[in-house]
Amino acid sequence: MNEVASANAAEGKRTLSGNGGVEAGNLESPFSSWEDTATAATQIENPKIEVRNLNFYYGKFHALHDINLRIPEHQVTAFIGPSGCGKSTLLRTFNRIYNLYPGQRATGEILLDGRNILDRREDLNRLRSRVGMVFQKPTPFPMSIYDNIAYGVRLYERLGRAAMDERVEWALRKAALWDEVKDILRQSGKALSGGQQQRLCIARAIAIKPEVLLMDEPASALDPISTLKIEELVAELKGSYTIVIVTHNMQQAARISDFTAFMYMGRLIEFQDTNTLFTNPASKQTEDYITGRFG
Amino acid sequence: MTEEESPVAVAATQGAPRTRAFGDLLFEGITRSAAVGVLLVLGAIVVMLYLGARPAFEKFGFWGFVTTAEWNPVTEMFGGLSPTVGTLVSSLIALVIGLPVSFGIAIFITEMAPPWLKQPVGTAIELLAAIPSIIYGMWGLFVFAPFFAEHIQPVLTDTLGELPGIGVLFQGPPLGISVFTAGIVLAIMIIPFIASVMRDVFETVPAELRESAFGIGCTTWEVVWHVILPLTKVGVMGGVMLGLGRALGETMAVTFVIGNAHELHWALFEPGNSIASTIANEFTEADGEVYTAALIALGLLLFIITFIILALAKLMLLRMSRQEGLRS
Amino acid sequence: MDIYRRRKIVNVFNLSVSVLTTLFGLFFLFWLLWVLFSKGLSHLNLDLFALDMPGPGSETGGLRNAIVGSLLLTGVGVAIGAPIGVLAGTYLAEFGRYAWVSTPVRFINDVLLSAPSIVIGVFVYEIMVVPMGNFSGWSGGVALAIIVIPVVVRTTEDMMRLVPDTLREAAAALGAPQWRVVVDVVLKASLSGIMTGILLAVARIAGETAPLLFTALNNQFFTLDMDQPMGNLPVTIFNFAMGPYDNWHDLAWAGSLLITLAVLTLNIMTRIFLRTKK
Repeated sequence: MNEVASANAAEGKRTLSGNGGVEAGNLESPFSSWEDTATAATQIENPKIEVRNLNFYYGKFHALHDINLRIPEHQVTAFIGPSGCGKSTLLRTFNRIYNLYPGQRATGEILLDGRNILDRREDLNRLRSRVGMVFQKPTPFPMSIYDNIAYGVRLYERLGRAAMDERVEWALRKAALWDEVKDILRQSGKALSGGQQQRLCIARAIAIKPEVLLMDEPASALDPISTLKIEELVAELKGSYTIVIVTHNMQQAARISDFTAFMYMGRLIEFQDTNTLFTNPASKQTEDYITGRFG
Repeated sequence: MTEEESPVAVAATQGAPRTRAFGDLLFEGITRSAAVGVLLVLGAIVVMLYLGARPAFEKFGFWGFVTTAEWNPVTEMFGGLSPTVGTLVSSLIALVIGLPVSFGIAIFITEMAPPWLKQPVGTAIELLAAIPSIIYGMWGLFVFAPFFAEHIQPVLTDTLGELPGIGVLFQGPPLGISVFTAGIVLAIMIIPFIASVMRDVFETVPAELRESAFGIGCTTWEVVWHVILPLTKVGVMGGVMLGLGRALGETMAVTFVIGNAHELHWALFEPGNSIASTIANEFTEADGEVYTAALIALGLLLFIITFIILALAKLMLLRMSRQEGLRS
Repeated sequence: MDIYRRRKIVNVFNLSVSVLTTLFGLFFLFWLLWVLFSKGLSHLNLDLFALDMPGPGSETGGLRNAIVGSLLLTGVGVAIGAPIGVLAGTYLAEFGRYAWVSTPVRFINDVLLSAPSIVIGVFVYEIMVVPMGNFSGWSGGVALAIIVIPVVVRTTEDMMRLVPDTLREAAAALGAPQWRVVVDVVLKASLSGIMTGILLAVARIAGETAPLLFTALNNQFFTLDMDQPMGNLPVTIFNFAMGPYDNWHDLAWAGSLLITLAVLTLNIMTRIFLRTKK
């Protein structure tokens, strides 16, 4: 660990620039700052997820380069960056959903509570019970609303009728959907509007009580009012869950996240608490992106 | 603020990691067996046919069997030339008639029909494919053959039959039961197959390409002939071969109208037979090992011919769809 | 005449020919249906369903045993062929997407789809009738099953592929094992499409004659015994059409009309459904 970084840490500030202070304003090659991400990572103690030297490949294409990152517990971390920068790719390594597709592979380590989930012997189904995911497009299962929620729970627990009813109601309340669907629980999930379907998917993911919730652009397919409801939901959920959210909407990241990671071309450029990243970014690239000079 | 720990989360931190669940392996195993079973069925068909046909090949030799015309159950001399020729000729007639008609239908549906007409006409043509072969046989025997014999055949015999050279093709008794009639019935049966494949491949041509052709002032026909057809050549060939494969294997429609005669003629209006019709007519009455084996040998021959044609058709359609990025 | 005029004439000529060929094709469809209805409708009466096949020279009779036999054979064909087809189609769509064995399976499946049905009849004759020593309903059912399988494999795979991957991912993200994802989510979502495919296969085998000619043969009498030759509509029609008696011909037409109505109804239903699905 480097002296400047520890000095910054003492001020409660988590920054990147280990060798020479703030780099904004310097003309430098785009990738000079990635070597310093390790510094930021070390600032967070007891991270829920720690990524070490992660590289990801789609076949021959090298999509993620040497990612080092720490995701803090019970906080909202946002991944931002232009299209194709690898933020979704990175998110999808956290629950190893990429394993569904041969030819996609990852090297390095991802530690969930200290245990490496990239290990070949890792039980993927159990992993996904601890790390839940919500996708960009709402994906209600071809079942009733009730069964949509109950489906995940039934994979792991044997609940009697009353207990299951309770769990379904709890999940729907947490997702701020209960009042709207409590009378139509037996109807198909597809009968709901887009925003309601997405909250149904969130309820479904929460119902199995995961520790981490991954959200891949959860509101990008929704209208502004539904988006607002989802953002309120995220703010409320973070007390019980660790949330990682990918978004291409910078303003959204600024609104709801505690920490933000900026990525570009498969590399982690900067990782800071949200306030600092948006008001005083350490890397020129970050600054260019958030001021709209490219993207 | 935290709810009680999910039982799974607790277990997960203590539990032993498992390799891929038993349920997954079992399910995949069952489904894979079913899929491989499809391959095995084909293999079994070829093997059993060969075993059944072997006595005939041993007696006559493969090429001897295929090139001899004599078919005599009494002396136990069997040659497959007549049925083979009948199959090939009737299918050829079917193609010659069916191909242009299918082409015209495909053009009509894709380029000319107003939107409200496309669907019904397309469906109607496809219903022709759904009608079972035996219905075509009934219609062919009781309705079409007499009609053809009375009204069309005499005209053809008097006109085309008088021409030098090819005139010899258009001769024969005015019965309506002949290789030619079988060809016509087959043509009607394969038109929907060829037309629908053509229609599908025509519709894969990107709109921008058609628009630019029209944009420089091409007429509809020119767009079809100079732009669409060259682009879809391979797919069209595939569709044609698919139709041909169908025609070669058709049984009942042909059996009703081809006449069941083990004779070879140049004249198309004479009765003849095809491989499928021969098997259909004689299999249950064949006594003696050689007779049955000869019929099975015909079946093997037919299977090989259709397999080759259908495999070629599939390859062409695959190549076409790869160009377009779809799945055929 | 200048080039422009000539192009125009060529265009009009060829397009007119297109219209004519379409009318040609449609003409035959209507001619067929017209003949069927005019010759068969008058003989479509209760006797058809109440009485069994008439012997030679007998004046009265119906097609009861043939109809029942056809229903039985079709039922057996679907009962054997559909499950195998669905399983194989599931493999191709879900597990075998990247497996090397999928390509030959799909290829061979499509070839089998169009293979001559009489050869399949000969095949089943060799493997079932000869060892058993007699023609039977079971061998007829097996022959029909072999025709059903490729149809169902194709439609099952196509329907399952229509289900978007995000749905699969959502189930997997909950931790469901792959077989659960397939059975609970994908199969359920594509169920109606798969059923449609099975109906299409039924329509296909309802009219098949050749595979039954030397497997189930035919039976003049009413029987439900699948170990014996089983009466069925297509072979009956074949025999009656070739026979000398007029009432046999009438019955053949009635039977033809029945088969055609059944097949066309099934086809139209499935086509309407498939179009709305896509």
